[in-house]
Amino acid sequence: MSGAFQGVLAFVQAWWVELLCAMLILLVVPLIAGYIVLVERKVMADMQARLGPMRVGPHGLLQPIADALKLLIKEDLIPDNADQFIFWFAPVLSMTAALTSMGAVAFGPWFHVARDINIGLLFVVGISALGPFGIVLGGWASNNHYSIIGAIRSTAQLISYETTAGFALVSGFLLAGTLKVSDIVEHQRADNVWYVFLAPVGFVTYLIASIAETNRAPFDLPEAESELVAGYMTEYSGFRWSLYFLAEYANMIVVGAVGTTLFLGGWLRPFPNVRWLGWVDAFPALLLVAVGAYCVARAGKQPVRVQRLFMWGVAGLCFAVALIFALAAPVSFAPLKLAYAGLYGAFWFLLKVSAYIYIFMWLRFTLPRFRFDQLMRLGWHILIPLALVNVIGVGIGLAINSALGWQGWMTIVGMLPTTLATIFVGMLLIRWNDKHAAAASAPVVTEVREAEDSYAG
Amino acid sequence: MLDSLVFYFFAGIAVISAALMVTRRNAIHSAVFLITTLLSTAGIFLQLRAEFLFVAQIILYVGGIMVLFIFVIMLVRLDVPLPQIRSRLRQWTAGFVALVVFAEGVIIVLMSQSLPGKGLLALTPAQGDKLPPNTEDIATGLFGLYLLPFEIASVLLLVAMIGAVVMAKKRTPAE
Amino acid sequence: MADTIHDTAPHKADTLLGADELVINMGPQHPSTHGVLRVKLKLDGERVIGSECVIGYLHRGVEKIAENRSYQQFAPYVDRMDYVAAISNGLGYCEAVEKLLMAEAPPRARVIRVILTELQRIASHLLWLGTHALDIGALTPLFYCMREREEILKIFEKYCGARLTTHAFRIGGLQYEAYDTLEKDVERFCKGFDARIQEYSDLLTGNSIWIGRTRNVGVLNAADCIALGASGPVLRASGVKWDLRKAMPYAAYDQYQFEIPVGTNGDTYDRYLVRIEEMRQSRLICLQAIENIPAGPIMARVGKVLKPPPGEVYHAIEAPKGILGYYIVSDGGTQPYRVRVRPPSFVNLQALDKMIRGHLVTDVVAIIGTLDIVLGEVDR
Repeated sequence: MSGAFQGVLAFVQAWWVELLCAMLILLVVPLIAGYIVLVERKVMADMQARLGPMRVGPHGLLQPIADALKLLIKEDLIPDNADQFIFWFAPVLSMTAALTSMGAVAFGPWFHVARDINIGLLFVVGISALGPFGIVLGGWASNNHYSIIGAIRSTAQLISYETTAGFALVSGFLLAGTLKVSDIVEHQRADNVWYVFLAPVGFVTYLIASIAETNRAPFDLPEAESELVAGYMTEYSGFRWSLYFLAEYANMIVVGAVGTTLFLGGWLRPFPNVRWLGWVDAFPALLLVAVGAYCVARAGKQPVRVQRLFMWGVAGLCFAVALIFALAAPVSFAPLKLAYAGLYGAFWFLLKVSAYIYIFMWLRFTLPRFRFDQLMRLGWHILIPLALVNVIGVGIGLAINSALGWQGWMTIVGMLPTTLATIFVGMLLIRWNDKHAAAASAPVVTEVREAEDSYAG
Repeated sequence: MLDSLVFYFFAGIAVISAALMVTRRNAIHSAVFLITTLLSTAGIFLQLRAEFLFVAQIILYVGGIMVLFIFVIMLVRLDVPLPQIRSRLRQWTAGFVALVVFAEGVIIVLMSQSLPGKGLLALTPAQGDKLPPNTEDIATGLFGLYLLPFEIASVLLLVAMIGAVVMAKKRTPAE
Repeated sequence: MADTIHDTAPHKADTLLGADELVINMGPQHPSTHGVLRVKLKLDGERVIGSECVIGYLHRGVEKIAENRSYQQFAPYVDRMDYVAAISNGLGYCEAVEKLLMAEAPPRARVIRVILTELQRIASHLLWLGTHALDIGALTPLFYCMREREEILKIFEKYCGARLTTHAFRIGGLQYEAYDTLEKDVERFCKGFDARIQEYSDLLTGNSIWIGRTRNVGVLNAADCIALGASGPVLRASGVKWDLRKAMPYAAYDQYQFEIPVGTNGDTYDRYLVRIEEMRQSRLICLQAIENIPAGPIMARVGKVLKPPPGEVYHAIEAPKGILGYYIVSDGGTQPYRVRVRPPSFVNLQALDKMIRGHLVTDVVAIIGTLDIVLGEVDR
């Protein structure tokens, strides 16, 4: 027994940092996901010419807290004939997959969430593959015919687009030559170019596939409210439902982080190696000063004193953080310099992930929803062939580049012919698909025997 | 010390899950326990410093094959009792055969040292921190030394996939 | 009510998988049926092979009530039928009774009626567009449409005090004079409205997802339309150029130039295009009408107590949803003997079965939306 105890002690001693990070993820990520929901509601309101949540807290900032409290104290309903164990297990599985996959992402040069593991992004992709289980088991456990249909549809959609996402990521891995997160970003810095410029088709394919992976509009048929089939989340209420919901938003953060790391240069600033663009390093501080100045300008116009104080408070916070960023420049104390490099990196990384998620939200409020057969057609007939061709194209482009010995920015020129060829193939696929898609919407009238057709006439 | 602890943790979960899997009445419960068994096997791979196999196990076995299993369990009605299990004699025969096979395995492992030819090969464990990265190692093997078997296996999979699609396509009256 | 669904024995050989047909029920509480409509769908897997509408959940006995109210007292009731486009209901009723009385509203009243009715047509189509887009998954057009509709409802509120159930018209003309900034308000709205229609169009018309969801969905050819009695944009999208404002002009419509948009396929996409174009044309009518509103009285001399001579009249107008007809029988007294309303939604709804056969369940919502029904009108 003492051997086991010694073993546990050794385990904790060796891994206490990672355990702490795990606790942090568990506590912080749901909160962040809740605030992303608030941001989504505000962005939705902005695009729809209205204001969004404004009542709970200043400008609705306490809305996620209120929602979380409400969901926690709601009655926990379990349908009569539902499978108790699986009903409990399914949202837990979804949440576990979402949070565990976050362990391998890094949002700054030394800000790895858990550890900079060798298989980096592949770990994230693999653990995300556990996500569909939460959905299909949840739908099944509800003992509701429509939930099962919705769950199976959702899972079919997820596993179809996983293939596409995988191929798109493979084209990025070809360019990076490694799966390790810090090495991927290092290679982008060494090559002096973000991989999105070398494999734009890969990035766009990954973007579309990741929207489908997270069940977001326009791919959200399985969870749409106005459809006949109510979706796998129907029978879940209160905290269980919030687990599914938070898993969805945590997944959004994860796919944003993966896309950013592999294609958008991770934590690098634009033009990372160019010396004369070093003044771009001042951008974080300037941005925060600008936001602070805007808050100061608006503070005067607030009608109520509390609102004025709040605006002043936000402005003060922005200026304080800008000061922290600005102080980095003259600092020469080595560990602090490292910390500052990490901070800058984290700023750029979070900016890019936010832009990625903003695109998700933007598409959600602009586009109508795909019908399920159209969704599957898009995935299998257009995106998978395109992703395959893209992988081949990137490979050929790499071969061209290494044969001609081009480095740095010239690699974009080397990739250009294959990129254009891939785009051309994509357009052919879309045109070929359009011809078939119109026929797919047409009604399929089966022969009905007139004598027994009670609905005829 | 740490290695043993991690190994016994994952191995324990694997064995318990496997036992639960074969004893559940509900097919979905069995599938869930098969998932946990496969996940713990992946954990054992991780403990052996084979991280690529760990991820490949999760993506392929759990993320692919188990999803297929669960689809099949849900879409096909399984509560129709299979008639052949009813026979008592067959149950006892199956149990006896399983016991014999299990005993054979145990005897071989326990008496490996005294069998002719020094029994089972016991390889010396490799130094954990001196191993090449697992991904690169497997890649060098697959695409270098074992390229031909790899290509043959992938052609085989392609043939199987095409065959499955052909068999599953609905026969419309025109065909 | 005979439950015809359960009388049908399942036909195993008919269906694709040899499975039993599935009957599912949609409504009466459903976010997408636009009211309390119950649709029983007979499915083979995912395809609809038959359907039956069950209506009457909003039946209030409006036509019976009419027999116990005087003609003026009944006028507010008609607003509640198509509550989305109350002004057109009022126009149809008042003109029908005026026909019975053999009176005519003065020219000024007729022009103001046209302005308000065309604004109401725009408002009705805006609501339709917002909810239809929402059903198909586009979340944003609803809020843009509501923003425009809000401006129209403000004009109504300034005119007669009510936004929705307006009772704007009276038998014989109008009660309220056009308020002093009516022309300016309408002009300001119409000037800005073209850009807005372009906004909705940009969001939806060329969008391949929208086209994919609405092309070839719910096709109704011209012969079927006429056989079923469909009217309004449903009829015009199938290629039949029939609009009562041009065919049998009423109010002041013969004075204005406008086009009748006609579709070709009769699918959901064409109905969408027809209604968008109708909004543009209504805007043109409004602009022409406010150019010169004739001066003069707003009320004809019809007397306080209305006692139309015995007889019957049928008067139909082109409401936003289709042909709205009133058949009024008078027996010489102060209360009508019979008022029968021919609601466009009721007749158009009969086309639903023909339109959804063979489509997927997901398309049912889009097809119900494209018919633009209001249950208040269907059930009365």
